[in-house]
Amino acid sequence: MKHETTVTDESAQRPQGRKWRIRVERRLSAPAWWNVLVPVVSVALALLFGAIFLKMSGYSPVKVYTIMFKDTFGTRYGITETLVKATPLLLSAVGVSIAFRMQLWNIGAEGQIYVGALAASWVALTFTNLPAYIMIPAMMIAAAFAGGLWAFLGSAPRAIWGVNEIITTLMLNYIAIFCVEYFVYGPWRDPSSFLFPLSPVFPKTAWLPCFGRTRIHLGLIFGIVSALAVGLLLSKTKWGYEIRVIGENPDAARYSGMDISRNIILVMLLSGAISGIAGMCEVSGIIHRLQAQVSAGYGYTAIIIAWLAKLHPIGIIIVSLLFGGLLVAGYSVQIYGIPADIATMLQGSLLFFVLGVEALARYRIRIIRSSPEPVQAQHTADDVAREIT
Amino acid sequence: MTQTTVGFITAVLAAAVQAGTPLLYAALGEILTERVGILNLSVEGIMLVGAVSGFLATVATGNLAAGILGAAIAGGIIAAIHAFLSVTLKVNQVVSGLSLSLFATGVSGYLGKPIIGVAAPVSFKPYPIPGLSKIPILGPMFFKHNLLVYGSYFLVAFLWYFLYKTRPGLHMRSVGESPRTADSLGISVTAVQYTYTIIGGALSGIAGAYLSLAYAPSWIEQMTAGRGWIAIALVIFAVWNPLRAMVGAYLFGGIEALGFRIQVVGATISPIVLKMMPYVFTIAVLIITTARSATYKTEAPQALGVPYERE
Repeated sequence: MKHETTVTDESAQRPQGRKWRIRVERRLSAPAWWNVLVPVVSVALALLFGAIFLKMSGYSPVKVYTIMFKDTFGTRYGITETLVKATPLLLSAVGVSIAFRMQLWNIGAEGQIYVGALAASWVALTFTNLPAYIMIPAMMIAAAFAGGLWAFLGSAPRAIWGVNEIITTLMLNYIAIFCVEYFVYGPWRDPSSFLFPLSPVFPKTAWLPCFGRTRIHLGLIFGIVSALAVGLLLSKTKWGYEIRVIGENPDAARYSGMDISRNIILVMLLSGAISGIAGMCEVSGIIHRLQAQVSAGYGYTAIIIAWLAKLHPIGIIIVSLLFGGLLVAGYSVQIYGIPADIATMLQGSLLFFVLGVEALARYRIRIIRSSPEPVQAQHTADDVAREIT
Repeated sequence: MTQTTVGFITAVLAAAVQAGTPLLYAALGEILTERVGILNLSVEGIMLVGAVSGFLATVATGNLAAGILGAAIAGGIIAAIHAFLSVTLKVNQVVSGLSLSLFATGVSGYLGKPIIGVAAPVSFKPYPIPGLSKIPILGPMFFKHNLLVYGSYFLVAFLWYFLYKTRPGLHMRSVGESPRTADSLGISVTAVQYTYTIIGGALSGIAGAYLSLAYAPSWIEQMTAGRGWIAIALVIFAVWNPLRAMVGAYLFGGIEALGFRIQVVGATISPIVLKMMPYVFTIAVLIITTARSATYKTEAPQALGVPYERE
């Protein structure tokens, strides 16, 4: 008891009298193994975080995660469904990634998906007699055009007046969703659907072919091809080089005579066109008609995917598959009364854990022992630190 | 005829204030955040989390004050994550804000599952101010509302005074303008940025609770319907000034209210087209503000979105 008192007295006399202290230093270079460790640690942290949430709402995290994993990667249906869900994610993530390369914040993929679906539906419902080999390309062109137009509407104000494109592209998402609603509740409503907001079913020629007896359709190939094509565009062409330079150093780009406004428009057209095709794939490959809900927030998830993949095409393919699986897992636990939102939460938290872990990886933590005279040592350490920083 | 016209205008103006109040709270929160140089794009998600936490806290306690407190705390927590990511870890603020917004939307859906369709046990009721509420047009517009609306009047006045007339207000603005200068004057940039980002998040949380406890009053998934983003646009429209944010909020609220009222009157415009109006209006206002206004460039916090690195 007496001993304890002396200790408290001592620390009261020397408030800074710790025997050691932690110092955070900036790393000069990141070791290569961080590239593996960062994603692994981030996924683990996100799962842990999700587990805390599940636990707090009275579910067993182990059970829920087991169900999620088994229903996704453990069954044939789960695997094919993962690929089905990954398709629109992949396409729109490729779309937004080009814009992000130029530090152009296209948050409008969701809207671009909707107008793409709308334009493709217009083709399918208007020119019902076209043979499939004309119908499908025509729908794709219409969807790409509509998606591109939508992205143009969001980016032209930025290119001309410097208007914040985050907000314009985002507002256009809501407008696009209302446009689709207008048609399925109004002119295009199938008379035989009673009160449901559905268009008539497309003619068979407007259905994207599926692989075998699965729901996986040609859109998956479009996605992979577009990812690779965009990868080549960015790394091998002059235009791709311009996009990267503008993204990394707009001032340097401007001084070297690159036309930034023109590139903003062009990049957004391409970005929107790819997301538009994602919308076409949903109506033509899955639903086979237009309905009020075309996308379950795929355009927003695409943003996370693109960023997690560090805008790298192969990375985008891998992360899209992972996120497609997460969506399927989210639906599968719904049967047990767990909200499917757990998937969205995990996706969102994954990105900020990656951001956090990556930023932390730039630093290293060192434990420094203090010299016998703590107060004195503290001062010198601080002074040194101040001089260095 | 004129009698009904006056009645219609009065009703629209009163509804404009009601619809504008959540925008106002969120915009005031974002003004504080952006004034210290932090761009927080997670307002939409924070509002949703605020709406659901406010509702849950009210259901649990039967007390509206607890609901507001719960919403403010929940909003503050999300904003604190953003502050940690952008101030301490110095990650890209756009990416951090977007990912948090998506995350918070997921959290709100997850937490809100059990209370979908549940009526609020108590909700904020209009409390007409004696005397003032009898003034024609202005009375119903400003003085026939609930306590949260009255609270926003005081908040606007207080924040305006705080920002432009007090020393801490000057300090915080200097952090957003030039963190290096502020630092050299002995202001802790980190502390200031954390403080106002968290307070800003708390205000956005309250904006959400206004929706679930006064405006709706119930919890509906995605009930913010883009209001968080409109609030961010509103900050630009308001050139980071609380008084202008108030004007803007009622303007935006008015567009929303007008859509409703036109439907009620029975005009032949499709209700879906009317629902688009606030979003179209937001884009238009943003273009006009950015393209025409010289004050936009001078008033924008110079260090907005740029992480401060001490050298």
